[in-house]
Amino acid sequence: MAEPFILIPGRTSQQGTTLNEGKYTEGYRVEISTLQVAPEDMQRLELEDGDLVRVYNDVGEFTVPCITARGDELPPGMLFISYGDNSSRLMGGDTQGCGMPDSKGLDVFLETAKASE
Amino acid sequence: MSTTEAATETAPGLRVVQDATCTFCGCVCDDMELTVEGDRITKAKNACVLGKAWFFNHHVEERPEALIDGQPAGYDQAMERAAEILLSARFPLTYGLSDTTTEAQRVALAITDWIGGIVDTTTSVCHGPSGIAFQGVGEVTCSLGEVKNRADYLIFWGGNPAESHPRHFTKYSLMPKGEFVPNGRKDRTAVLIDVRKTKSAKAADHFLQVKPRRDFELAWALRALARGVELDPSIEETTGIPLETLEEIMDGMKKAKFGVILFGMGLTMTRGKHLNSEAVLALARDMNEHTRWSAKPMRGHGNVTGADNVVSWSTGYPFGVHLGSGFPRFNPGEFTASDVLARGEADAALIIASDPMSNFSQPARDHLEGIPSVVLDPKLSDTARTASVAFTTSTYGINTGGTVYRMDDVPIPLRPAFDSPYKSDLEILRGIESRIRQRQLAGSLPGPAVSGA
Ligand code: SF4
Repeated sequence: MAEPFILIPGRTSQQGTTLNEGKYTEGYRVEISTLQVAPEDMQRLELEDGDLVRVYNDVGEFTVPCITARGDELPPGMLFISYGDNSSRLMGGDTQGCGMPDSKGLDVFLETAKASE
Repeated sequence: MSTTEAATETAPGLRVVQDATCTFCGCVCDDMELTVEGDRITKAKNACVLGKAWFFNHHVEERPEALIDGQPAGYDQAMERAAEILLSARFPLTYGLSDTTTEAQRVALAITDWIGGIVDTTTSVCHGPSGIAFQGVGEVTCSLGEVKNRADYLIFWGGNPAESHPRHFTKYSLMPKGEFVPNGRKDRTAVLIDVRKTKSAKAADHFLQVKPRRDFELAWALRALARGVELDPSIEETTGIPLETLEEIMDGMKKAKFGVILFGMGLTMTRGKHLNSEAVLALARDMNEHTRWSAKPMRGHGNVTGADNVVSWSTGYPFGVHLGSGFPRFNPGEFTASDVLARGEADAALIIASDPMSNFSQPARDHLEGIPSVVLDPKLSDTARTASVAFTTSTYGINTGGTVYRMDDVPIPLRPAFDSPYKSDLEILRGIESRIRQRQLAGSLPGPAVSGA
């Protein structure tokens, strides 16, 4: 069953270094296609590192593997992904008249995609 | 500055370039010592992990000078085609500009003026909201040199410098010994405010984990405390931070001799956007009733600050400027790239050193894919792949000289490491500009003042 979360796309040093190696390298692709989930949420949803999850909102969706966020980096209820093609799929065109679409703190739903495997 | 002036030959085929500049992030560190072997940088002393990745991965790749509709082409042919595309557009968009030199930015702006288009930079999707906020409440500002030499209280808000600007802590803000902070880190107090407990939290004395999308409320709570307004303890429920903690922080802020708030995109990209930046800028302003405080945005790309400067000094506005009426008009939301693409308005695009096809909203990407575009990039990107004309360029700071602006608006010269067979953004843009002018003058095409969309 899908659950509501808040998604924070952001930069990581791994994203920065692999970006320089090239956007078509395996390293970059993996970095922007891995969703970090808080340990408590991983446990509650019975997810394991590498399990596929589908994240969606009214704009779009992506399906990527998830990993447990380091230590207490993420509070429960929050997801993190490196900026890139996947996070952009959930960004709508409306900028509320300021030029900047909502790009962080996005309301999304997450559901396990294991069943469709 | 030429390559040779600061370069020394240490062994045959091996050169060392002193005081080179890294342009990967807005820190624009200008103390690099690069070892160059042929057309490769093999050592980058003083560079952080991101800087090393930048220097080691920008060697010359075997690619055609340009691609026209995916087919290899020479520069001349591609510049002709680019001029044609831009001249026949009714509502062209110039976008990107944050990863190129100030000299190239000026020419891109001139082209946009000649064709009566919109010029917008990646600022609109990073600190554009802060640019709007500056106009609302002003900016109490300072240079990174002042931060290094004076700041004894630092607040990092909505950013993760440890990962995004790795040398900010060590070179400019947290660690260095300065004239009025002789003991470096020991003389400074650092606060991190963020929704995530990032790697940067370890470096701070206090970590305030604000609830997502509550930065505005937190900034106003601190503004209230700065003015001596009594706050209800329910502020903890709203922001996630107990009132006592806020009072303790405010006490420290008031006792500081020189405080600085360095704020990131956690504020500008989240609901509230320019209102979040405005609240933080106003907090810094309010604090000057008590002691000296400044606020600076942490800028991402190497020369995004230069883009703001060039667009501002040329048009009077920092980004999202329409030049089609013969005079500049600024209206974020109306003339910003994300909007004119998502609404399906722009009918051609000139994109310099940026990859909107991989980081714009889905509706904007869908439209950009369908319109003719001219793209300049040293590397292949999703945007270059879908372009009508894609130029391969040399890399600024590595192959070409020029000027970039550090995040604190200080201009810094580049010292390139080795030559590239590819033309620079500046050369290509000049080639496109002269072709556009030739055609406009030969055909007495109407100028932008009457042809504007
Ligand atoms: S902090 Fe930024 S500018 Fe300095 S070396 Fe690292 S990536 Fe380059």
